[in-house]
Amino acid sequence: MAFINGIGLISPQKTAETTDFLQEVMEYDADYLKCIEPASYKPYIDPIQSRRMSRLIKMGIASAKMCLNEAGCTMPDAIITGTGLGSVEDTEKILGTIHLDQPFLNPTPFMQSTYNTISSQIAIQLKCHNYNSTYVHRTFSFESSIQDALLQIAEGTGRNILAGGIDEMTLNHLNITRRPGHWKMSPVKNLEMLTWDSPGALAGEGASYFLLSAERSETTYAQLLSVKTIYKPANPGIIERHLQDLVTASGLDIKDISLVILGINGDNRNDGFYRDFSSSLFPDTPVAFYKQLCGEYHTSTGFALWLAANILKRQSVPSVIRLDQIPCDLPHNVLIYNQYYNVNHSLMLVTRDAKRDIRHKS
Amino acid sequence: MPRRIFVTGMGIITGIGKNLAETKDSLFHQRSGIGKIRFLDTDLRDEIPVSEVKFSLEELFHLVGISYQEGYSRNVLMGIIAAKDAYKDAGINDLPGLRTGLISATTVGGMDQCEMYYQDFLDNDSRNIYIDSYDCADSTEKIADVLGISDYLTTISTACSSSANSIQFGARLIRNGDLDRVIAGGTESLTKFHLNGFNALKILDKEPSKPFDERRNGINLGEGAAYLVLESEEAVRQSGKPVICELTGWGNACEAFHQTASSPEGTGAYLAMKKALEISGLGTGDIGYINAHGTGTDNNDISEGRAIEKLFGTSVPPVSSTKPYTGHTTSAAGATEAIISILCLLEHVIWPNLNFSEPMKELNFTPVKELMKNVDLRHVMTNSFGFGGNDTSLIFSTVLESEVGGRRSEN
Repeated sequence: MAFINGIGLISPQKTAETTDFLQEVMEYDADYLKCIEPASYKPYIDPIQSRRMSRLIKMGIASAKMCLNEAGCTMPDAIITGTGLGSVEDTEKILGTIHLDQPFLNPTPFMQSTYNTISSQIAIQLKCHNYNSTYVHRTFSFESSIQDALLQIAEGTGRNILAGGIDEMTLNHLNITRRPGHWKMSPVKNLEMLTWDSPGALAGEGASYFLLSAERSETTYAQLLSVKTIYKPANPGIIERHLQDLVTASGLDIKDISLVILGINGDNRNDGFYRDFSSSLFPDTPVAFYKQLCGEYHTSTGFALWLAANILKRQSVPSVIRLDQIPCDLPHNVLIYNQYYNVNHSLMLVTRDAKRDIRHKS
Repeated sequence: MPRRIFVTGMGIITGIGKNLAETKDSLFHQRSGIGKIRFLDTDLRDEIPVSEVKFSLEELFHLVGISYQEGYSRNVLMGIIAAKDAYKDAGINDLPGLRTGLISATTVGGMDQCEMYYQDFLDNDSRNIYIDSYDCADSTEKIADVLGISDYLTTISTACSSSANSIQFGARLIRNGDLDRVIAGGTESLTKFHLNGFNALKILDKEPSKPFDERRNGINLGEGAAYLVLESEEAVRQSGKPVICELTGWGNACEAFHQTASSPEGTGAYLAMKKALEISGLGTGDIGYINAHGTGTDNNDISEGRAIEKLFGTSVPPVSSTKPYTGHTTSAAGATEAIISILCLLEHVIWPNLNFSEPMKELNFTPVKELMKNVDLRHVMTNSFGFGGNDTSLIFSTVLESEVGGRRSEN
């Protein structure tokens, strides 16, 4: 268990450098959803350094600093990043020359293409010599980084852990990954996701960092109770069993969950899992979805965790994410369920920090 | 008393052998795997020596025991070979209720095939299967499927310390009671991608590398895979089998200095080793051997050497780098060298640092030059440092015959 004491999120929605919570929803008619980057990276990165950095690294450092600034933390006890693909832009720069086997003379793209560059660049910026790691396992990447963070807190080796998930999309990578059928083949309107009924998802990207702490603070959003990853479940009963274990371990019951956030991505080969999941386990529970806002990417659950944390802190559920009309006036426990081709499933349980409410009232 | 973690199985394939027995034989005979490039299709083949696993893709399929199929990279096949060997070595049987995880590491994943077919990715649909198999998780999932592991899976990429971090994370999950057994390690295939990348950084030696030598001139890259089976004390008791050794210490720290260089004073290296000692509860005097990261670059060996001197003072234990045998297997180096260090514990030897002749003027210690035999080793430390300053240090310790399932004696 950890308190979420700060968040930085750069996404295709207006989530950075604002105190608004999806008051204005960004509507796109696009091949993929692209992040709205800060107007300037100057507040986060020395311009001389940022000149050589690729976009993903700049987004990573900026979102990490937004998170730390919000939490008032200058030196986290660990920096842990999840990324499914690392710097796609730098990797492409190298691959563009490598098929000709031309020795490339500029080492910068190679240096930045290693998956751990984001975690290590954040450490360099902060001069942070503490624990530093990077998880690179498809849609388990963000979850693994959160698991490591929760483990640090449980071990007592760290009290304030910076953990995040970050991935980028490029037009070139979109076109390549369209070949095996991952994405829609032409531009789509993101807010009409539920009407698509065709194969292929809407691709997206995002950079999210969370300050997970052993103690609550003035800036606490919510408590992250636990995270579970499930690999190739033989049947849906296995997911149900893990869900049961997850809620029981937190002293809860499935019926205590007040909102379920699903990873519906608009691919009709995929979304049936979610419908079965919610109709069998949560027939009377309010259900929400989020990838119409940020698109599908390996670490999209970072966006979902941002949503859950804000919903719990603000005690309000934006209508744009709702799938039904069941009232959700006082959300207390939020479950996030995401899955990728029925191979990588993940569950995250987040709860309202009740003590914080009491303190604020007194 | 925190839960103890034991090593019960090891599997390895590198340029010096396709299994543990061949690896040990090469080390005893001081045979290096470094030589001319035979399998990687690159224009650099006559210019830069490396330590390749001495099998073509087709031969690796044969070693795995499956017929050729598309979508498999060298990295996957080597990973399956080493992980299966580790599993077999541990005599894993399906004890009910034991939760088993696979934590693997890689830095370029299936890039060896991706870089061959990248033009197809851009132009046509002929190689689509490789589009989904170039990421880092691909090898982990294919290895897990072969071993039948599904309780927990993840992949770590912290450059050249990746598989040391997978061992560390596996140990932490066991210690916390989240898992009972973990197969931890890494797999890395040579690619044009990183051969050219390291070459652009001008840190590849065109001769056999000379770690800790005054005239050292860079790295020889290598490839391979190595996995350890880690088990909790309870799991070992339940199966009643003898163990290989105990994983007693681990430390991870960050240089926070430069993307590809170490600080001259080796802050990250010092902190990683210090943390590992703290976790193990050992003192510097307990460490009988340090298997250094020792890449042979000007920068690493000064930085690491100074960090060792700062921590161990004037009583530096025997130090050697075994990269002149296996080459630098990057993400797989941590697990490769963990196994090579454990072999020291089992065989009561210390492997010499090949190609050393002239002491570095910055350091007061010199690496081990001759094979040391009949050494009373109780605890060994192995270092793995990576780009981005990701530094990790591990400590392995002998177990007494009287402890848990006893010590494995065939060695």
